Amino acid sequence: MKFSDFVAIDAIRSHVDSSTKEGVIREMATALVEAGRIPASDLESIVKAILKREDLGTTGIGRGVAVPHTKHPSVDRLVGTVAVSQEGIDFDSLDGDPVHLFFLLVSPPDQPGQHLRALENISRQLRDDAFCRELKAAKAPADIQHLLEAADNHGMVS
Amino acid sequence: MQQVVSRDVVVGLKQGLHARPADMLAREARKWQSRIELVSMSQRVDGKSILEVLTLAAEEGTRLVVEVTGPDATEALAAIVRLFDGNFHENDETAVNTAGRTTTP
Repeated sequence: MKFSDFVAIDAIRSHVDSSTKEGVIREMATALVEAGRIPASDLESIVKAILKREDLGTTGIGRGVAVPHTKHPSVDRLVGTVAVSQEGIDFDSLDGDPVHLFFLLVSPPDQPGQHLRALENISRQLRDDAFCRELKAAKAPADIQHLLEAADNHGMVS
Repeated sequence: MQQVVSRDVVVGLKQGLHARPADMLAREARKWQSRIELVSMSQRVDGKSILEVLTLAAEEGTRLVVEVTGPDATEALAAIVRLFDGNFHENDETAVNTAGRTTTP
């Protein structure tokens, strides 16, 4: 799976306003609503579900990265977006470091494979330090978009 | 002396080896001195790294080999295999998820 298979380009944010876990999750879910990828009527329910998942254990997987996610019946295919916080946000991550890169995923309840393959793609790309560094340095959503496209084009190289 | 032990396991999780079980696995693996690797059909990854474990994208039914090398290999292997055998304690939580889903309009 590639980033272009699930990342909603219009929902990418290069500067999040929030400084809290709930804030950034809400901001990213709102961006998906504004991009027309999830219904506005389901925003609250999706944000709650993502926060509930975080309560079970943080998705801050280290290296300044978090992958907040949930399954939700309002989508019939996996949708996601990317956000960058220059300052970093306390996300209770596994290594204790603040999180700068966020990949938010909403997947249909009955398709665990899509979710796994998105996680695979994200974690594979994030093993590349240069990719992480360049994403963190992104000044505009278009920069992030280009970095994701470049990563997609390197496809099978790990 | 370096001890090398291995066992076949099957992913029994309905959702596959997703973020939370991958985290549990990496946490358990880091408790041990030995090198702990997971081997799939196509790759070999470090069991102590959640990022590496996630790159397996191991769905339900996937066969993996857990290979452990080091002074505490036998105990480490048993601990990792126990996680797979116990489905990473996910059975209760799956029930909760299902219940949550049915109440969502």
